[in-house]
Amino acid sequence: AVMRGVPQLLSRARLVRAGFSASEPVLAVQAGILQPDKFTQTFVQIRGLKSSKVIYQAPLTAVDIADSGKQLKQELEAIVGPGNVSSGESVVLQHGQDEGPHPGKSPDIVVFPSSTGEVSEVCKICTRHNVPIIPYGTGTGLEGGISAVEGGVCVNVSKNMNKILQIHQEDFSAVVQPGISREMLNQEMRADGLWFPVDPGADASVCGMCATGASGTNAVRYGTMKENCLNLEVVLADGRIIHTAGIGSRPKKSSAGYNLTSLFLGSEGTLGIITSATICLHAIPESVAAAVVGFPTVQNAVDTVVMTLQCSVPMARMELLDEVQMKACNEYSGLSYPETPHLFLEFHGSESEVESQTETVRDIAADNEGGEFQWAVQQEDRTKLWTARHRAYYADIALRPGCRSLTTDVCVPVSALPDLVTATKADIAENGLIGPMVGHVGDGNFHTMLLFDPADPEEFRKCKEVANKMARSAIALGGTCTGEHGVGQGKMALLEEQFGKDGIDVMRQIKGALDPQQLMNPGKVFSRN
Amino acid sequence: MALKVLVGCKRVIDYAVKIRIKPDKLGVVTEGVKHSMNPFDEIAVEEAMRMKERKLVNEIIVVSCGPAQAMETIRTALAMGADRGIHVEIPVDKMDTFQPLHVSKVLAKLAEKEKVDIVMLGKLAIDDDSNQTAQMTASLLDWPQGVFASKIDKTDAGLEIIREVDGGLETIRTTLPAVLSADLRLNEPRYATLPNIMKAKKKKVEKMTPADLGVDMAPRIQIVSVEDPPVREAGQTVADVDDLVAKLKEKGFSSA
Repeated sequence: AVMRGVPQLLSRARLVRAGFSASEPVLAVQAGILQPDKFTQTFVQIRGLKSSKVIYQAPLTAVDIADSGKQLKQELEAIVGPGNVSSGESVVLQHGQDEGPHPGKSPDIVVFPSSTGEVSEVCKICTRHNVPIIPYGTGTGLEGGISAVEGGVCVNVSKNMNKILQIHQEDFSAVVQPGISREMLNQEMRADGLWFPVDPGADASVCGMCATGASGTNAVRYGTMKENCLNLEVVLADGRIIHTAGIGSRPKKSSAGYNLTSLFLGSEGTLGIITSATICLHAIPESVAAAVVGFPTVQNAVDTVVMTLQCSVPMARMELLDEVQMKACNEYSGLSYPETPHLFLEFHGSESEVESQTETVRDIAADNEGGEFQWAVQQEDRTKLWTARHRAYYADIALRPGCRSLTTDVCVPVSALPDLVTATKADIAENGLIGPMVGHVGDGNFHTMLLFDPADPEEFRKCKEVANKMARSAIALGGTCTGEHGVGQGKMALLEEQFGKDGIDVMRQIKGALDPQQLMNPGKVFSRN
Repeated sequence: MALKVLVGCKRVIDYAVKIRIKPDKLGVVTEGVKHSMNPFDEIAVEEAMRMKERKLVNEIIVVSCGPAQAMETIRTALAMGADRGIHVEIPVDKMDTFQPLHVSKVLAKLAEKEKVDIVMLGKLAIDDDSNQTAQMTASLLDWPQGVFASKIDKTDAGLEIIREVDGGLETIRTTLPAVLSADLRLNEPRYATLPNIMKAKKKKVEKMTPADLGVDMAPRIQIVSVEDPPVREAGQTVADVDDLVAKLKEKGFSSA
């Protein structure tokens, strides 16, 4: 079967389906749009092959390659309009690079559809041309999720699809398109007493947050995206449009059918493109108080957290900043906190609830050698108190101007946190790295910002080693290699460790069923085989 | 001795909305467009609330001049904690020519009628950017004014106000009663929470017209045209530095 598309090595499964025996050394190459040098490389491999069974389309000339790209572009323009298709250098560059440390690969073409129908048609075209499809929201991910490792068409669903479709105040739910970011949604609802509390830091697209299964500082009280998503409208690779919980459904709970919402949530664009999300809203708390307290050791801080949770104090935010982070924050924001581990806390509730919660936690902190317990109620004072935490990332970068950060992300049962933190800090010190630490302690999730000089590959390698070791320790302690950032490209091997071969094979089977041509965001989450 | 505050709130097009000119070029599109309370007025309401929480103020009356939808803005202020509202109804077709001078006359009359000690306004509205109402209201009442306030404190004799001016911060002292206008850094306003939004529905809102206050609504201006700013032209790419310098000279930006 001669198919036009991306030059790639066809998987064994595909070849078997096409009629070849599983044991035959077969190399099949398809022609299509891609950078000519990549095609050449594959072509060279064909020449080196000993087997006689080589199937390939006649060697393409540069004109052929350009032509098939032109055809694809024309078909896409016919759907979304010529102004909404671009292969301009700066456009594709921007759409291949997220905010993480890994250099991204640019797609060949970027399209900007304006409706779910257009997204569906775009997918059908890409399927026909056998070209990878990479969904794009705000590009604020950290794990290279949008990198077009095999080239293809980047589908930017946030630029033109940017409406809040519905807000249901009494039902505490809203339906949004990919172009709506969480801050935009909260601005829209600010006078209605409602908010969307999942806060991953960046002003990410809500639909993008569904794709990565995002979480944030408020998860300990309000949950992650998983707990706050009722329904997703998804376009599959073949253009079919489905609603994961039912068409127009938004009840608080349902026992109807397979839980497709959970399947697509966190699938990082490898199963389909999310074109709208029905999410849960919450009431803006009547009263908010913020507090900061320092401890001699991380163990003290974590013990405070564990006891607080055991007392069922409904904490809204519990953030741990280690002494390296506190030093960075002091220097960057001109503060004068003692350079010891600190807890940054936030309490939500009625005035009396907040007062009593604060009292309880103040006592627990004191019992665990906590230092001065600073707290504030007024908006500006809370902002000032939390400035250190809000600017943590920039404070870290400022520790070594010109450096980038490899931000790690592991999550373990809370009781395992002190050991993992201690082991990680030792590892960081041993490798001579700087790695301030910020943790959503209430969830057992923490991040280290491992700083590296982008011009020093050895340093980057060390950072990766420390990060991998941390992830493996987390898995061994009953945790996960990624708490909220997703797998992207960098953690594919770790995912195998966490799930074992059978677990990953089940994922592969599901992917194979929904995306037989392996077009949806290739090279992410797990490998083909 | 607790004070009485009259806070003015204006319903404006939400700051995040992209403004579009009407086809007749006599105004902007307001139909179906998201509106909200003028951000500076939110700050004004918040400051009145903080003074109430400090027991300096015992009653906050919020007033808004506008069509029926101005009630939404009044309800938001009530949800933030104001005690009662006054809706001065202005027909929709009169809104374009309803000017700060008219508003000032209404506020002055209300200030006298309600015997308030402080009239608290936002320093300007984000739709017309006038920055006139507080000053004119003070003049009509012959009251001292503390505009662009970034900090307000009560003293024995009256108020001490820190104002943001071009050169920095100016501290003034006024007696009471006084007219104040809120600047951006005065405070960060609270959000209206659902329980307070529900309570606000039960608070009293009085309706009246400018005529009831003896204020003449006759327009003093006529809108001639409303236009978009000129469309941004494509830039020119220059080949090299010499080309750039030549172009700069050509356009008269460089004499050398």
